[in-house]
Amino acid sequence: MNIRDVDPGAASAPAATAGPSPAVAAVGVTKRFAGGVVANDRVSFEARRGEVHALLGENGAGKTTLCNILTGLYRPDEGEIQIGGKPVRLHSPREAQVAGIFMVHQHLSLVESLTVAENVVLGWSRHRGFGFAARQVEAEIAEIASRFHMDVDPRAKIWQLSLGERQRVDILKALYRGASILILDEPTTVLTPAETEQLFSSVRELVAGGGTVVFISHKLPEVLAIAQRVTILRKGHSITTVDVAATDARQLARLMVGHEMSFEVTPRATEAASEAAAPPAVLELDHVTAHGNFGTEAVKDVVLTVHAGEIVGIAGVAGNGQRELAEVVAGLRPFSHGSIRYAGERVAPGDPRAVIDRRVAYIPEDRMGTGVSPDLSVSENLLLKSYRRGAPHTGPILLMRQANAQAVQLMERFDIRAPGPQTLVRQLSGGNVQKVVLARELSSQPGVVVAASPTRGLDVGATEYVHRVLVDAAARGAGVLLISEDLDEIIELADRIAVLYEGRVVGVVEASHATYEQLGLMMAGAGTAAGTAAGAAT
Amino acid sequence: MIAIERSLDTPRWQRIALPVVSLVIAAIIAGIVLVLSGHNPISTYQQIYAASFTSPGALTSTFVYATPLLFTGLAVAIAFRMRVWNIGGEGQLYAGAVAASGVGLALGSWPQPLLIVMMMLGGVAAGALWALIPGLLRAYLRTNEILTSLMLNYVAGFGMYFLIYDSDSFWRDLTTATARVFPTGKTLLPAATWPGFVFGSFTLPFGFVAGVVLALFLLALFRLTRFGFEMRVMGDSPSAANYAGMRTRRTIVAVMALSGALAGFGGASQIGDFGHVLDPRGLEQAQYGYTGIVVAALALYNPLAVVIVAILIGALTNAGFALEGPSFPAGLVGTMEGIILFSVLGGEFLGRYRIRIGRTPQRAPIVGDDSGSLTVDS
Repeated sequence: MNIRDVDPGAASAPAATAGPSPAVAAVGVTKRFAGGVVANDRVSFEARRGEVHALLGENGAGKTTLCNILTGLYRPDEGEIQIGGKPVRLHSPREAQVAGIFMVHQHLSLVESLTVAENVVLGWSRHRGFGFAARQVEAEIAEIASRFHMDVDPRAKIWQLSLGERQRVDILKALYRGASILILDEPTTVLTPAETEQLFSSVRELVAGGGTVVFISHKLPEVLAIAQRVTILRKGHSITTVDVAATDARQLARLMVGHEMSFEVTPRATEAASEAAAPPAVLELDHVTAHGNFGTEAVKDVVLTVHAGEIVGIAGVAGNGQRELAEVVAGLRPFSHGSIRYAGERVAPGDPRAVIDRRVAYIPEDRMGTGVSPDLSVSENLLLKSYRRGAPHTGPILLMRQANAQAVQLMERFDIRAPGPQTLVRQLSGGNVQKVVLARELSSQPGVVVAASPTRGLDVGATEYVHRVLVDAAARGAGVLLISEDLDEIIELADRIAVLYEGRVVGVVEASHATYEQLGLMMAGAGTAAGTAAGAAT
Repeated sequence: MIAIERSLDTPRWQRIALPVVSLVIAAIIAGIVLVLSGHNPISTYQQIYAASFTSPGALTSTFVYATPLLFTGLAVAIAFRMRVWNIGGEGQLYAGAVAASGVGLALGSWPQPLLIVMMMLGGVAAGALWALIPGLLRAYLRTNEILTSLMLNYVAGFGMYFLIYDSDSFWRDLTTATARVFPTGKTLLPAATWPGFVFGSFTLPFGFVAGVVLALFLLALFRLTRFGFEMRVMGDSPSAANYAGMRTRRTIVAVMALSGALAGFGGASQIGDFGHVLDPRGLEQAQYGYTGIVVAALALYNPLAVVIVAILIGALTNAGFALEGPSFPAGLVGTMEGIILFSVLGGEFLGRYRIRIGRTPQRAPIVGDDSGSLTVDS
């Protein structure tokens, strides 16, 4: 197999100006959806052989739609897709795969009860008849895995594997099936830093061998680390393509959001806390213990207080009880010991309605699965908590016309970009879904705000917006409990930082005194807050 | 070559075109079956149409079959839409019939309007209570309501048989010697007969009108009220409902009771509108509860569509009974119902895909080279 496959006729492609051969290109692709959403508006880009080409853009910029077109899931309304310089019409993911285009989605599609090898050949076996030559396939997989530095046991069952390992299986699956163009959709979201490094080394090996990787991301450092060229998408348009070597984070960020961003991490000034008399406690956790989904204690003996006007950050490595802690405070998970007081009032464990009635806003980690009802409209989702009392009604009848009018106002105030209040939330981008959640939770003047990973998966612009909204809520007197795995975010926003390790609060420090090193040690279970601000826990 | 591909965006016109095309396809497939079994499909369809709608008394008969299907169809539609799988419409209909006939017999001397209202209330309450059993079990003990509600159909069926065949119960007619040997139920007094709406030769059953009103009520409940809002959120995303502080267990119980009440109303209508006597064998053979699942599915769980589908299936059933004989095979109507269900649900499924007819797409050139070939050589 050599470059023989490249058709001389491909020279007609616009990419012919560049020396290296084009692998996959979109030329003037436009995709419109029902309801007037133009997800892609004359989008063009071209990824070459042997290159990592990043698609960078905010949530809702049209990255996902473009990839769904590249993989044959959607057909473009205008424009065309070219592979190896020749226009192709892809009618299904299967056809895209035959053409060598494979996508590794954020949500992996693997059968948990099957082995790695079985998943790889599922529906693609080159062997005739039932069953497959397990040994042979396993050997082939092991060979590919070692070539691309991917440490995976072909005989392991998927359920035994971590998310990072599962992603490797998905990539292996594509390679085994002859992928020449691999699309990775925000692949690092589920990965630890070490796993990210491993993924990058595989990706480098892949392109070194003449493959093409389209790398979708909104994380600038990653794009700068792995890609050779970047195409920036903004609001459905392809803005430009730049060489990574000739750009920097600041320029990329500006291209991505359309205006200059401030990158300095400035800890929020804590003068307010020191000058005023101690503001009242709005949330008090007293020796709270709660169980996780598997019956083990996920939250252990947590003592924590949040005062009015204060942002308390919960730092920790994922899986140390943050999610459970947020659910306990929101009333969604019962606790077995201790007590929780909201503005001094106790509430029975596991009663979300009682907690809502204590003016507690909750921004859940799983925004699409929990935070919204996807098949309902924006305006209905804004009523999700107020439909019982606050929403316009006469008797048991909800007055949707008035609710829609209110929704339009909230959409404006919270910058929710949707064709109208009746648009289904399912059709919105991740950032706009989060804005719907924020609009609902924060427009009702909450006393306590629990925010669990509120910026996960959001782009720079939306992240900045979420931060501003949380700071505003605190300024208006709410006590904010910010749970995040992003240490920068916590240091930037929080007044005090509590570190969770294996379900326990191992220390609480003032943000102004915190250092990355100290927090990092505590998160790893190796340090305590001793000496810095142990007393600040109350 | 015909290829079937997944499509993520469904155009709006499809929502109307799909069922129509599906029905046409069903008629064609059924036509082939007719030809193969030695019948002329055109004349058979004409016969069916006449027997359903135009011959003397046909329309009245059609509505006799459509009325119970309207109730059981609504019962299923409202529950399934909320992902509460109430398969117990059959038993809830029996319970409603038992209660309504009991009330009708016991309060026979009451003024007619009051008596009719009491029969309805009795049927509704009995159906709701019977549905509460699987509803409470599902909500509070997380048992599978498909199994419990299905099994309770048999319990209700045997209970109904017991009242007439195996005991000297209040419902059983013990006045004559014949009735002692061949068990039947007591016939209700004329005052307990629900008045139909008569238009010349056509009688529209009281129960059918009540069912249409209920369908409109359910639609309004679903779209306009807070309870309906809760139901929609829960049907879409149970975890969002929990997050919003909705009492999900109570809503499940309420929906189950509502579903049972509708089926129970159907049972009461069987007694008040048509039978005027508790007839276990007749109710069991009619299988209105199970057919209601088909009706609801064909209506895509939309209450107003249930009204139309109930009339269509009622017409078909009526034609089947009217035409059954040496020249018209008994199983044909059942076969046609099956074909219609298959093609409508199949059409609904295929609507999520797009069908392309054309030649096999060209294989695009796959670019690769020796050193880094990403393919495993084959």
